Amino acid sequence: MAVVIFLICFPLVMALASYLVRDDRTRNLLARAGVAVIMAAVLWLVFIWISGGRQVINCYYDTEAADHIILAVEVVLMFIITGLCCRHRKYWISLLSIVPTLLIAWFELEGPETERISHIQIDHLSILMCLIIAFIGGFIIIYSGGYMTHYHQHHVRIKPRKNYFFAMLFIFLGAMFGFVLSSSLLWIDLFWEITSVCSFMLIGYTRDEEAIYNSFRALWMNLLGGTALAVGIVYYGYFAHTVSLDTLVAEGMHGGEFTTIPIALIAFAAMTKAAQLPFSTWLLGAMVAPTPSSALLHSATMVKAGIYILFRLAPAIGGTRTGMLVSLIGGFTFFVTSIMAIGQDDGKKILACSTVSNLGLMVACAGIGKAETIWAGVMLMIFHAISKSLLFQAVGATENAIGSRNVENMHGLMYRIPMLAMFIFIGIAGMFLAPFGMLISKWAALKASVDSGNVVMVLFIAFGSATTSFYWSKWMGKLISRSHVSGSRHEDITLPDERLSLYVHAFLMIAVCLLLPVISRLFVNPLLLELFGQYKVVLPLEVLILLELIIIFVFAVPMAAYRYSKRVKTNVKLSYMSGINMGDNNSFVDSFGASRKLWLSNYYFSDKFDPDRLMVYGQIMAMALMIVLLCLIVGGILA
Amino acid sequence: MKMNIISALLYILLAPLAGALMDGVGRKISARMQGRIGPPILQSYYDVRKLLGKQVIAVSPLQSFLLISYLVLMVLTGALFFSGSDILLSIFVLSTAATFLYFSTVITSSPYNTIAASRELIQIMAYEPAVILACVGFYLAAGSFQVDEIASTNTCMLLYTPGFFAAFVFILTIKMRKSPFDVSTSHHAHQELVKGVTTEMGARNLALYSIAEWYENVFLMGMAGLFVINSHWWSIPLTALLVMATFFLEILIDNSNARMKWENMFRLSWEVTLLAAGVNLLILMLIR
Repeated sequence: MAVVIFLICFPLVMALASYLVRDDRTRNLLARAGVAVIMAAVLWLVFIWISGGRQVINCYYDTEAADHIILAVEVVLMFIITGLCCRHRKYWISLLSIVPTLLIAWFELEGPETERISHIQIDHLSILMCLIIAFIGGFIIIYSGGYMTHYHQHHVRIKPRKNYFFAMLFIFLGAMFGFVLSSSLLWIDLFWEITSVCSFMLIGYTRDEEAIYNSFRALWMNLLGGTALAVGIVYYGYFAHTVSLDTLVAEGMHGGEFTTIPIALIAFAAMTKAAQLPFSTWLLGAMVAPTPSSALLHSATMVKAGIYILFRLAPAIGGTRTGMLVSLIGGFTFFVTSIMAIGQDDGKKILACSTVSNLGLMVACAGIGKAETIWAGVMLMIFHAISKSLLFQAVGATENAIGSRNVENMHGLMYRIPMLAMFIFIGIAGMFLAPFGMLISKWAALKASVDSGNVVMVLFIAFGSATTSFYWSKWMGKLISRSHVSGSRHEDITLPDERLSLYVHAFLMIAVCLLLPVISRLFVNPLLLELFGQYKVVLPLEVLILLELIIIFVFAVPMAAYRYSKRVKTNVKLSYMSGINMGDNNSFVDSFGASRKLWLSNYYFSDKFDPDRLMVYGQIMAMALMIVLLCLIVGGILA
Repeated sequence: MKMNIISALLYILLAPLAGALMDGVGRKISARMQGRIGPPILQSYYDVRKLLGKQVIAVSPLQSFLLISYLVLMVLTGALFFSGSDILLSIFVLSTAATFLYFSTVITSSPYNTIAASRELIQIMAYEPAVILACVGFYLAAGSFQVDEIASTNTCMLLYTPGFFAAFVFILTIKMRKSPFDVSTSHHAHQELVKGVTTEMGARNLALYSIAEWYENVFLMGMAGLFVINSHWWSIPLTALLVMATFFLEILIDNSNARMKWENMFRLSWEVTLLAAGVNLLILMLIR
């Protein structure tokens, strides 16, 4: 399984290479080549796995030397974090790195002897994650090549550190591969810390005050999760003499000894990483960074790491108090942040809120912990990764072209930069419209929550999906309406590598939507079988076929109608303005008899759904919920 | 299977007829309530027939294609429902149809239309939870999301789902664009929004919109009827009675209420949904 080691190490080599290359063109070419190699390696891994009959592969049992390297890297990381914290006078944050690192180091050097375990495990879930990381993440890196060129033309005051940026992106990919392929908790912990630090560095890219503030917030929240993770690992290792994630889950499924606390702690850590309330602010603050890093954090890496680990734990937490905590927090986050998105007019903020909201739904699915909910969760993860990445990239390219990412300024984008508007349109449609997978997954989540008797979750989904469709549709409406902008065409300055990534994403979006039944049968069902040992079909075949018909219908009808209506002659008239048009649809006569331009705007209700206030309330409520349930969990053990 | 296809076909063929009649009867009853004689029962049909014969007049040439999509998806919603397939599936197609109506409205960029379109979205946000919860109610009471299985149970759903039904009737006022919840459009052109979402629809396009409305109303009445219908013969007249009573109630509400502000509409419908449907949900989950 040398390819696994290659996947983890090669991105690091690429990172070093990108850091050293000073010339932009060479670096972009290098990055492209590197991404191609990574994709090929993942395909090779998939090939080996398939030719092995798609069985779970366990390997690397004796890794004495690697364990030492990993510990050394962890200690180095601790020094880096401590140094950075001291430089910015945030001394207390460094404690969140020093304490867990020392704890882990003590455990490895002085702690009890642990069982011999495999350190790398390849199964359906990790293969899926590898595909998402390599392809979505890879194309985001390709996209960055073009994006960063324009970014620095617009933001002249920011010192270009593109080599540093690319290095971080590659390290991120490597750490993610390590994270999803490891089955030793100690290894997982290291890669976890690396992603935390990487995201911190990416968020702080611009080095202005806001960026530094937000990056440290992201750091402490993630390190807090990391501390919980480390404590959980050491607790489990100390008492159960093993650090295998598999054993932990398997024991946890039967309510084994010493499992409740580590599972609760790891689930807590996963929720910080998945930016659930009350820890959502770090992800919302992460958008100060250049768009590719937001795309990477939101779609392919970082937050998905939290979801991934929750899916792994799902069989063990279903029906327990930890599961209740996870599902309640997830459902609550889904609902609150989807309301929060209504009040935003900044495109990236809407995307960020919607990411947190969708993550909430996935977290809730994991918390319920039934095979059906994980089916929905995995589907959500696939669709969300693709459409969110597409949306971030399209919004980033739009920002470069029109100089703003405010949704109000995207008025009539369909007529100004049709290509980019089309990509945003497809991305949004993927997030909530009928034939696309997100909606189908939501449907499955609803059904599964009813089946598992989770009343609160059903209410959250019913109300939350209503608000979700509100903020997405109004954005779509903005793209297609015209008037005060008609005539002003913008130059589309999207570069070829950005374009390539956008096209691939849009294509993937539609392909995955059409292939939904195939993916479900060939991939997700076996995945559930592996996780749970048993599996009941969520959507029976006839429903899937009917669904497929509807998908084709919903694509075909507007297209046919469009072709038809093109042939029909339309008698175009002025719009109704109480008879005071100025001869076109763009202006009218005001009360002074002068011409006034018509300006159309969306509702944001910032007085009713004030996002900042909602966030504070949400954090308080979620915090209270968390404390109460953590007390219940601890109480359950003591009793 | 055969029966299902036949009933779907019957819906596609007969729903416009039923919808037009419903519209006509509704206008008649309304008129009588106001002490007028009112138009002939077939007036809506005459209007649409005449509109269909006209040329396409629109502010944006793209409007007709969006309206056609809206109409076809609306037909699909009802066809799925009456063919007895999954009720959630038809609700999802319904919401996609509603999105197309929204597109066809904003694309004109006329001031009245744009405000009405935003309000249309608020309406969707206001009624969607109740509709989804109604489906959940059916599922809890009948053990299936399949319409044909819900319709052939042994008992009357309403006994288990009165709260869901109350919430559904409440939001039906929004869906059928009746006062006090007709915030995005109304039947009278002299109000602050002119004709709301239909302000810029004329000639052929208005006809498409009206036909879609007929299909929608028949579908909604079908969904109301699903609360009663079961395997016993007596449930059929009872269903008819309930549907007529619901329809009459909507007209009564329409005529006895002034239009509300959208804020109040939104708040009220969520509160009613949460209280009526939410409590019902809780009880059903507990006794299951």
